[in-house]
Amino acid sequence: MPKQTPLNAAHRAAGARMVDFGGWDMPVNYGSQIDEHHAVRRDAGMFDVSHMRALDLTGAGARDFLRYALANNVDKLKEPGKALYSCLLRPDGGVLDDLIVYFLREDWFRIVVNAATTDKDVAWFRTLLAERAPSLSLVPRDDLAMIAVQGPNARAKVWQALPGSEGASAGLKPFQGAAAKTSFGDVFVARTGYTGEDGFEIIVPAARAQAVWDALAAAGVKPAGLGARDTLRLEAGMNLYGQDMDESVSPLCAGLAWTVDLASPRDFVGKAALVANPVHEQLAGLILQGAGGVLRAHQKVHTSRGDGEITSGTFSPTLGLSIALARLPAGVPAGEVVSVAVRDKSLAARVVKPPFARHGKALVS
Amino acid sequence: MNVPKELKYADSHEWMRAEPDGTVTIGITDHAQEALGDLVFIELPAVGRKLKVGEACAVVESVKAASDVYAPIAGEVIAVNTPVTSEPESVNEDAYAAWLFRLKPLDAGALDSMLDAAAYEKLIAE
Repeated sequence: MPKQTPLNAAHRAAGARMVDFGGWDMPVNYGSQIDEHHAVRRDAGMFDVSHMRALDLTGAGARDFLRYALANNVDKLKEPGKALYSCLLRPDGGVLDDLIVYFLREDWFRIVVNAATTDKDVAWFRTLLAERAPSLSLVPRDDLAMIAVQGPNARAKVWQALPGSEGASAGLKPFQGAAAKTSFGDVFVARTGYTGEDGFEIIVPAARAQAVWDALAAAGVKPAGLGARDTLRLEAGMNLYGQDMDESVSPLCAGLAWTVDLASPRDFVGKAALVANPVHEQLAGLILQGAGGVLRAHQKVHTSRGDGEITSGTFSPTLGLSIALARLPAGVPAGEVVSVAVRDKSLAARVVKPPFARHGKALVS
Repeated sequence: MNVPKELKYADSHEWMRAEPDGTVTIGITDHAQEALGDLVFIELPAVGRKLKVGEACAVVESVKAASDVYAPIAGEVIAVNTPVTSEPESVNEDAYAAWLFRLKPLDAGALDSMLDAAAYEKLIAE
């Protein structure tokens, strides 16, 4: 039996098509997933992301521990509320997960991890903690729900739906969050997301999730499922764990070099392996030239430097054509036209640097 | 779910309509389009192609997935509904109006062994 989020009944009542996603019973679409996609690019949409897990790391020395545990450098988190995207690496440099870490207090960091990887991550953190910081506590917050409200009008609609939220959240910069006292009780509001649009991710006690969801719907925020979430993140050039990278892939070969801090002298798990291994692959964007099908994960790509493979592919509602992320040999330049095996055909696609679309606009053509 | 009484159905989710001239018009069912979601690409067989029972002969792709369409009966393709290739969403809007291809059946009685509406409804309810 897949697990259910506190909003499961709301999704079913809204007629959502449900699928098993990483062990969770989640909505893939309510009606047209393309309409849900456009709602986020043009107005405001919301996603139940309660399957993702917040892990609270508390105790003196939490920052020291994370400085070693994460590939990005938590020393970048200076003001309370600031958030950082990072990979969690294995000693051999493979990606265990990608996550967002919030600096709440010097003795309290909140780490939000993917659904399917939660148990693996918790076990890994506990092993590391036992070795290096046994006095710290790591608590998975199963009592919290998460709702992502995204789109150009998302913030204004959150303020309308959750009276009291505006004061605490109006001044937030991207990748910053704050606690807010609202008419729905205490929530945590962060200016983060996975769509390439402005918006908030709201962390709320599970018991009040449905009331918050209903209030947002009443304010005109359109429920959107995992289908739209996937096309939005792919247009925005954001990786999906388990698809665009996993334990067998170095972040340096997965388009994530910008999140790995190799410049500072600090040591972290996986650093030695990353420094030792040459980068022989890249994660590039592809745009299908003309019609003929849709780019999909696992299709083979033939380039001037050898063969690669699509890791995520879809139809882009914003661009009106098919796009993909592909792992290609290093050195294949943007602009090169490659051929992709789509079913029984070989179709031309152009290599581009992601993102494809953000903030309502196409960034490539 | 819309399952018109006058049509015949295959368990691979195609519908078939017997035309007065003995040909058979074929498309995908409302259930199939709903399961696939927003369609964005359709490829149709060449007119004149001779199809065996169960042969993959068309492709419908949604944002989520690609799916083959199979010939539920044997026959020769005598017409295809070309406009659906430039407007794949028309199949989402009305799967029974947006037909895909028309066959001249090899066996005039081929539809007799296909599912009727009640049997197809039972199949998709399982």
